[in-house]
Amino acid sequence: MPIIDAGKAAVKTLLYHGEKMRVEIAMELEKWKNLTWEGYLRKDKRIGIRNKVLVVYTVECASHVAREIVGKVNLADVEVIGFAGCTDNEYAIRLLLALVTHPNVGAVLAVGLGCEYTRADRLAAAAAGQGREAGHLFIQENGGTPGSIRKGVEMVCDMMERLKNTPRASMGFSDLVVGAECGGSDFTSGLAGNVVVGKFYDMLEEMGGTPVFEEIVEAVGLKNLLLQRAADEKARQELNFTYEKALDYCRSVRQYSVSPGNFAGGLTTIEEKSMGAFAKSGTKPIRGVLKVAMMPPKKGLWLLDSTPDPHFMQFGITNPNDNEGLMDLISCGCHLTILVTGRGNVTGSAVAPVVKLTGNHDTYLRMKEDMDFDAGPVLEGEKSAEEMAEELGQYIGRVCAGQRTKGEILGHKEYCIPYKYQDRGVALHNCALSAGRLQNIHSKP
Amino acid sequence: MEKRKARAFQIEPQDNVATALTPIPMGGFTLLCGGTESTAEASEEIPQGHKVAVRPVRKGGAVIKYGIPIGEATADIEAGQWVHLHCMKSGYDERSSGLDIHTGEAGDISYTLTKE
Repeated sequence: MPIIDAGKAAVKTLLYHGEKMRVEIAMELEKWKNLTWEGYLRKDKRIGIRNKVLVVYTVECASHVAREIVGKVNLADVEVIGFAGCTDNEYAIRLLLALVTHPNVGAVLAVGLGCEYTRADRLAAAAAGQGREAGHLFIQENGGTPGSIRKGVEMVCDMMERLKNTPRASMGFSDLVVGAECGGSDFTSGLAGNVVVGKFYDMLEEMGGTPVFEEIVEAVGLKNLLLQRAADEKARQELNFTYEKALDYCRSVRQYSVSPGNFAGGLTTIEEKSMGAFAKSGTKPIRGVLKVAMMPPKKGLWLLDSTPDPHFMQFGITNPNDNEGLMDLISCGCHLTILVTGRGNVTGSAVAPVVKLTGNHDTYLRMKEDMDFDAGPVLEGEKSAEEMAEELGQYIGRVCAGQRTKGEILGHKEYCIPYKYQDRGVALHNCALSAGRLQNIHSKP
Repeated sequence: MEKRKARAFQIEPQDNVATALTPIPMGGFTLLCGGTESTAEASEEIPQGHKVAVRPVRKGGAVIKYGIPIGEATADIEAGQWVHLHCMKSGYDERSSGLDIHTGEAGDISYTLTKE
């Protein structure tokens, strides 16, 4: 064969194999959507992807004993969380109740000092009411620190024994609740990281799953886009109210959710940052607004509003830190969360796996042991956002089936439960925001 | 792939700004948009992550990124120029207009010790 023809034939073969490979990869990628795994079936019929024991302290004074109990047991799925205040707070109690009955949690030991407002016995009773292994102890009634640690270790070991018999149940993406937020953002978050999560969220919604996104303060400037996505009139009113509340807050304190680091990194306006953050919601209709510790009433895409409600908003910061946002998502029943982080946040969670995704390839290389997923190839032009979303879906499937995230491997077990004021549901007509702007909502019964 | 070549990413065809994926020195750079590549000229240095104008914007006109207005031009902007706090502003956030254009630092809070 003349050289030139041989060359053409070789190119043809390569093209054929290339095409075949592309099709094979596409088929392989589709497979993850049918993936099922064995979850942990709770007596209240919820199914978890982890089987955890939570040791919960109910005041800072009890935190050392709680940490010692967990340290002495020293097992990967025994976790400590707690609330530091002595005076209780409805919001914090709601959050604690949601966490002790979370599907990933099989057993709860509540540790109280004995004189604080937050009641360890009632937290344990609530967990037991939902079929969790549960107990409590008061340090003042159990011989102080040494006696309480001894008793606590015994109780946790007993619970671990009983958890070994947790029934398993088949679970798939349609049973999954996933949360997403961004933190430590840079210019890649809006171009790659959040875009890939948005594509994954579209796929999850189509599979019958429940994606949840948050950060209403980073929707400022996008009112029309937000309202256009409402699934129905009720959702539209909830989104409208929540948007106006966040904007009202930002106006009143003259502070928007954009930091000096964001500006130095190239973001110029809140509208620009909002658009990058909003990308993670994908394109599906938004079913409505969840408040902290509220389970999604039905499947589909939801916005979580974790910001304080008026007039207590002047109390301070909308979200103290990224971990608090993750806790809020988890309190709504998210089995796992995705943290999009261009600069590289390392945080994890005591209750649900955190998948850390970066759109910045340099960050991925620099922090490979922390980052679960590199969405950078989207910006390098090597892969499309759709392809990367499929890969993300595959990875999330493996995490659900028990594979440890990078954060779990490194022992990240953060939690944050602050004081906050928030209404139980989207209050619509109950809250007096600045006059006029919400008139059409206020006038409704 | 040559990663350090000066490049910018334009999200939507109707955008009048693109984001610098690498630091862009004055001169030619590669402009990526919707899977196609073209070349463009920067008339000044563009820091990584910052915006470069890909077409002119008149003072008072909208700066478009993601296909939507992300703010208003406060001066005439020519194609190839760096677009940031010095030539555009938010329609919401008044405080940001007073920030240092390089560091983002706020100048409206005093760090002088209170004296009796």
